[in-house]
Amino acid sequence: MQVKQISIFLENKSGRLAEVTRLLGDNKIDISALSIADKTDYGILRLIVNKPEEAENILKEKDFAVSITTVIAIAVADRPGGLSEALSVLRDANIGIEYMYAFVGKASNEAMVILRVDDAEVDEAVNLLAKSGVKVLPPEFIYNL
Amino acid sequence: MQYWNPTFECMPREELKKVQTERLIETVKRVYHNVPFYRNKMQKIGLEPCDIKSLDDLKKLPFTYKQDLRDNYPYGLFAAPMSEIVRIHASSGTTGKQTVVGYTRRDLDTWAEVMARTLVNAGADKDSFVQVAYGYGLFTGGLGVHYGVERIGATVIPVSGGNTKRQIQIMKDFGTTILACTPSYALYLAEEMEEMGVSKNDIRLKAGIFGAEPWSEKMRNEIEERFGITAIDIYGLSEIIGPGVASECKCKCGLHVQEDHFIPEIIDPDTEEVLPPGSTGELVFSTVTKEGLPLLRYRTRDISSLNYEKCECGRTTVRMSKVSGRTDDMIIVRGVNVFPSQIESVLLNMGETAPHYLLVVDRVGSLDTLDVLVEMNQKMFSDEVKHIEDVEHRLKKEIEDTLGISARVKLVEPKSIERSEGKAKRVIDKRKF
Repeated sequence: MQVKQISIFLENKSGRLAEVTRLLGDNKIDISALSIADKTDYGILRLIVNKPEEAENILKEKDFAVSITTVIAIAVADRPGGLSEALSVLRDANIGIEYMYAFVGKASNEAMVILRVDDAEVDEAVNLLAKSGVKVLPPEFIYNL
Repeated sequence: MQYWNPTFECMPREELKKVQTERLIETVKRVYHNVPFYRNKMQKIGLEPCDIKSLDDLKKLPFTYKQDLRDNYPYGLFAAPMSEIVRIHASSGTTGKQTVVGYTRRDLDTWAEVMARTLVNAGADKDSFVQVAYGYGLFTGGLGVHYGVERIGATVIPVSGGNTKRQIQIMKDFGTTILACTPSYALYLAEEMEEMGVSKNDIRLKAGIFGAEPWSEKMRNEIEERFGITAIDIYGLSEIIGPGVASECKCKCGLHVQEDHFIPEIIDPDTEEVLPPGSTGELVFSTVTKEGLPLLRYRTRDISSLNYEKCECGRTTVRMSKVSGRTDDMIIVRGVNVFPSQIESVLLNMGETAPHYLLVVDRVGSLDTLDVLVEMNQKMFSDEVKHIEDVEHRLKKEIEDTLGISARVKLVEPKSIERSEGKAKRVIDKRKF
């Protein structure tokens, strides 16, 4: 139930984001979700794509600094308190969240959330979430959104 | 007071040559007998101290390079026992290791003497108040000027570098008449003064001795205009003694070399041939009175030329032209010598980065800025901001510790720094002097 996310180092200058998306598009790689952590001089682009390894190779070939990270994808009810219920499971287990981002799938009344926890705690987090009734989304589902 | 020491400063050249010759012969003997490095070097080319009989023989002697000081770090080139060394100074080396210099009591005496001449060149006398805004410490600037001021019997105000508002307050309240700092800092002080509402009529400043970095006539005019003073260019390097090696007189037509202590030559840096007077080339110095660290034909890497004509001021000493550049890739940022290779050694030591980097120097207002662009690579990249920030902070700290000045580290994308076929371009200097 672990989703692979690719992260790319981008300098804050115009055209970099366009370059990455163009490269992926040209290679028929589909982006399901994305987020950007932005700093003054650079940003980290995080992507969930249908073919993570292939995307990694394509970007590395073009000299981007790329890394693959394991993240957790969950679906939460699109109503007040929906996210809080899921997160409290991790809080109770003392599992910290490094970062997270949400996105809404097509015609769904659920919001999807990508969670990044410490690599050593991924399995535990997935088990706890599933046990508490939180809908953990399988990679195949997320990749092919 | 027109001269500090007219005997030497205005000595007929024939007589001066005799003094230099005697002192050179003594220095060669000293290093041959006391410094294995020089003895080996001389023996290798079949040279004995007795082969040096006149100034013409100077060109037979081997050169000394900054690398030699590094190879013999820290005290290997000292020609006096450590028990006679009373002071150590150091400057940044090319790859992280410092260049260490040592002074005997007599060396400090010489230094004070040449600095006294420098200050008198700028119009100092017993009644002067000299504010030293060069850094005190291992850097030779602060203490070098300091003892020159005391030698004259003027009043020294040892503020050291930084704290600009306080510098101005002191200048105003203490009645500073002579300012010693880098030319860019002088301009910065002028700007701050304006901001504080202090006009040049509120201060008693008459002259400034500015050095440790390149500057232009345009900068001189601006400094003179803004403070209402005479701005004098001074030259020195720690390997030779520190500030005081040469300085302009009020004619501002070249820097008088204190030739009874330091013999200059101009060479072609490629062929290493000595060039005739007036030619432009690399400045080389031999110290002829130093005891702690006498150096023969030290390659300064500074580009200059020599003028042996008698100056209007009456001094007979040779004048070197304002340094117009370098024969290596050293840059001077806020008065501090920076070698690109220092950055390289930091990156290699951290082991996280491919040594692809670029130094970008600029001047904002009158203050130098240094940006170090470092290429991100697979190894140090992480999807988490905190890890990248950690890399940035460590790089910044290491670079600052090595260079001794602050720098902004900017991480850039892999392969985004231009690769060159030949010598890598490591510096972009956007400053206009």
